[in-house]
Parts: sequence; structure tokens; C-alpha cells
Amino acid sequence: MEIASIVRWLHLLAGVTWIGLLYYFNFVQVPAMAKATADKGGPGPAAIGKYVAPLALVWFRWAALVTWLSGAAYLMGNGQLINSFILGIGQSNLYATTIGMGAWLGTIMLFNVWVLIWPNQKKILGIVQASDEEKNKARRVAFLASRSNTLMSIPMLLFMGSASHGLMF
Amino acid sequence: MNPLDSITGTIISGFVLAAILTVVIKAIAGV
Repeated sequence: MEIASIVRWLHLLAGVTWIGLLYYFNFVQVPAMAKATADKGGPGPAAIGKYVAPLALVWFRWAALVTWLSGAAYLMGNGQLINSFILGIGQSNLYATTIGMGAWLGTIMLFNVWVLIWPNQKKILGIVQASDEEKNKARRVAFLASRSNTLMSIPMLLFMGSASHGLMF
Repeated sequence: MNPLDSITGTIISGFVLAAILTVVIKAIAGV
């Protein structure tokens, strides 16, 4: 058994956890919170904010980190880490250019998770103190960062797969 | 209007970006 295979497996498992939760936030939780807030006679969104969102965010942000680290370790192991991050420019290295584009998108997404989404979610969920005005700003920043990651995940996943399986056109 | 404000706009933008970046990759790699 090769270590590279195990690292790649870990990368896929962590990546599915990360992007699966990203899609959960964007396609399920955000619309559900809006509906629960608008439903004045209903149970409201408090339980989602108190019990679901914090736990989902734990798995989300740590899976993001493990995904990036295992991906970088995999590329280092096959000698393509630097080539990928310079996008194989001047090398005629289609593998490095393709997976490098995916790696850059993933890197920007990791930055968004730890620098924009998580610190702002801490304010929104009341984990750190914030005024109502700060919370409203935090909601918008976290929302846009999360939506940007959803957008970038589409080409990111394409290029992660295309590096070994070929581009779509 | 920001396409990120809707799920549909986000997804369509993602596919458009994927197509643009595919062209960029092919240009860089010279294929």
C-alpha cells in the first residue's frame, strides 16, 4: 500500500466533508433560517443557530484545513507542489496547470473559511461579543464569502478531477 | 444585482468561471 494512496483517500474524505457542509450551508441552512425567521407562528431559527450551526462549523472548518494539508502533502509527494502553485507556467505541464488551478481555488476557499467565514460566524452566533450593527455586517461578509466558495467549488472540483481524467473540452 | 445573492446565480457563475478557466489552463499549458 502506497502512502500517496492513503493521503489521496484522506484528501477526498475531508474534501467531501468540507464541500458537503458548504453546500448544506448554502442550499439548506441559509434558506431554512430565512424561512424559520419569517414564520412568526413557528418554532423559529434559534435551535438551528444554537445546536446545528456551531457543530456544522466545527466539521466544516477543520475538514477544510485537513483537505488543504492532505492535498499539499499529496502534491509534495509526487513532486508537483511548486509546479502546481506556479500553474506549470513555461513547463508545458498540463497536469500541474490543471491541478494547480484547482489548488489555487481551494487555497482561496480555505482563506475564506478561516479569515472571513469563521470569525464572522463567531459574531453571528454569539460566540464573541458584537453589536447588532457588527452582526449585520458580519452576516453579509460571511454570506458572500460562503457563496463565493460555492461558486469557486464548481471549477475547483472540475480541475481536481480533470488533472488525471482530462479537461471537458 | 449580485449573482451571489441567489443560488441559481451562484451556480451559473460557477459554470461560467469553469469554462473560462479551462480556456486559460489550455492556453498556459499550450494544448
